[in-house]
Amino acid sequence: MQFETVIGLEVHAQLLTKTKIFCSCSTEFGAPPNTHTCPVCLGMPGVLPVLNRTVVEYAMKMALATHCRILPRCRFARKNYFYPDLPKGYQISQYELPLGVDGWLEIETEEGTRRIGITRIHMEEDAGKLVHDETQPVSYVDFNRTGVPLIEIVSEPDMRSPEEAAAYLRTLRDILRYLEICDGNMEEGSFRCDANISLRPVGSSEFGTKTELKNMNSFRNVQRALEFEVRRQRALLEKGQAIVQETRLWDAGRGVTVSMRGKEEAHDYRYFPDPDLVPVEIDEAWVEQVRSSLPELPDAKRERFVRQYDLPAYDARVLTASKDLADYFEAAVAAFPQPKTVSNWIMSELMRELKRDEREIEDCPVPPAHLAELLQLMDRNVISGKIAKSVFKEMYETGASAKAIVEAKGLEQVTDEGAIEAVVREVLAENPKEVESFRQGKEKLLGFFVGQVMKKTRGKANPKLVNEMLLKALKG
Amino acid sequence: MKEKITREEVRHVADLARLDLNPDEEVQMTQQLNAILDYMEKLNEVDTSQVEPTTHAVERANVFREDVVGPSLQRDSALANAPQTDGVHFVVPKVI
Ligand SMILES: [Zn+2]
Repeated sequence: MQFETVIGLEVHAQLLTKTKIFCSCSTEFGAPPNTHTCPVCLGMPGVLPVLNRTVVEYAMKMALATHCRILPRCRFARKNYFYPDLPKGYQISQYELPLGVDGWLEIETEEGTRRIGITRIHMEEDAGKLVHDETQPVSYVDFNRTGVPLIEIVSEPDMRSPEEAAAYLRTLRDILRYLEICDGNMEEGSFRCDANISLRPVGSSEFGTKTELKNMNSFRNVQRALEFEVRRQRALLEKGQAIVQETRLWDAGRGVTVSMRGKEEAHDYRYFPDPDLVPVEIDEAWVEQVRSSLPELPDAKRERFVRQYDLPAYDARVLTASKDLADYFEAAVAAFPQPKTVSNWIMSELMRELKRDEREIEDCPVPPAHLAELLQLMDRNVISGKIAKSVFKEMYETGASAKAIVEAKGLEQVTDEGAIEAVVREVLAENPKEVESFRQGKEKLLGFFVGQVMKKTRGKANPKLVNEMLLKALKG
Repeated sequence: MKEKITREEVRHVADLARLDLNPDEEVQMTQQLNAILDYMEKLNEVDTSQVEPTTHAVERANVFREDVVGPSLQRDSALANAPQTDGVHFVVPKVI
């Protein structure tokens, strides 16, 4: 039987506010354990949480960027459960009245653009961090992260393959980063993803039994975990066995998902409205104010790159994949206004080096101004294209500017006709037999002479001039 | 009169609240909770068809703080009431 995969994702994104969602403790990452806590985020009796306005505005930005409808009135609810990383015995979240609902975003797939629905976006607080002792039966709790603002973004079960799920996640992260409200770092946990996945016979409109996957801390792991789960569920269904609805943990080392059997509490969170927090009312004026503050988003930037710089759609998509890369391109083009040349160099030379080092563009040792300077040198025939590539490698390795490298190594292209002519004469004098053959019609030998001249000038002679002058000398 | 809350439900809620009730306490709690719920029934006598549901005694909305860092507790103070610490962390029985 042919099966169709159905995937929905729940993403938690940590917001880049300076302070926590309900108290003025710092959200700074990497502080010594338990130095960013106060009576509010430690859940002491009698304290009063007060909502951080910036959290609401960041959440609104994401809701508007993903075409959600912002509810005119939303409120916070307590989600009750016990876990040592949760000092109050409940998490303040949103339940029946979230901030935004009914949104969507578009992803690029091999079959073209697909629209993925977003069920809801709500605000909530993060929990603390637990570290387990290797030898003793104890765990250590750090409450610095407790109360750091999160938005939870819940998708519709609209994805049909692990690749689509990965594409959705990347798109979501790109938007968050464009908005500058989340750094989107999966490894550090500022961008986390749980997945619901089920299979159903092709053509069926009902959903199959789903499993929930957790513990996937990279894009690659999300895709691998989903691929494994597709194979596991298909094998069971083909044997006529039932899928157990359960939570499974991804084990990246073994490349399998493992049932959390027995460790999971029945989901009975007994949500109720948090009496410590008043409702949030968002009127049209506030929505419009936030909407007008939205930066250019990836889709719009891609269209503009095609229009303004006359780039192919492919180039525009690659260059707008991250805001930093797009900014890099625009900075380089501002200094060297030949967009397609800049695009080619970024997509080939630059991205090859970055990929090899697994570096992000923001850590690129070649600033856009340096790249522009290199392209200028090439454009003015100071260096050849071939030499430019080796200069670029050195710029990337040392951080030095193109001019500095070209000057230090004496790589300027020789365009002085007298100098080239002297070398041409030398080469002809050293190779009388080849000269004779050429003059009797073996014109293929021109390549040999060009090679000899380039060798003597260590690749610095202007190839066009060398050609012209060789022909003149040989035929003249 | 039909029980509003069964002994089974009391056991479940106690379990969620991490309360360890002995059988006598289960019976007692079931009776008491039923008595309380019966009493709350009185509220149903009031006609609320024209009243908006509310979660607050005061009609207020949009109380915010600005995103400005304030002082946090000294770590010693934060850990002062913890049953067990290593001077840096709260220490709890191992959980996975
Ligand atoms: Zn705090």
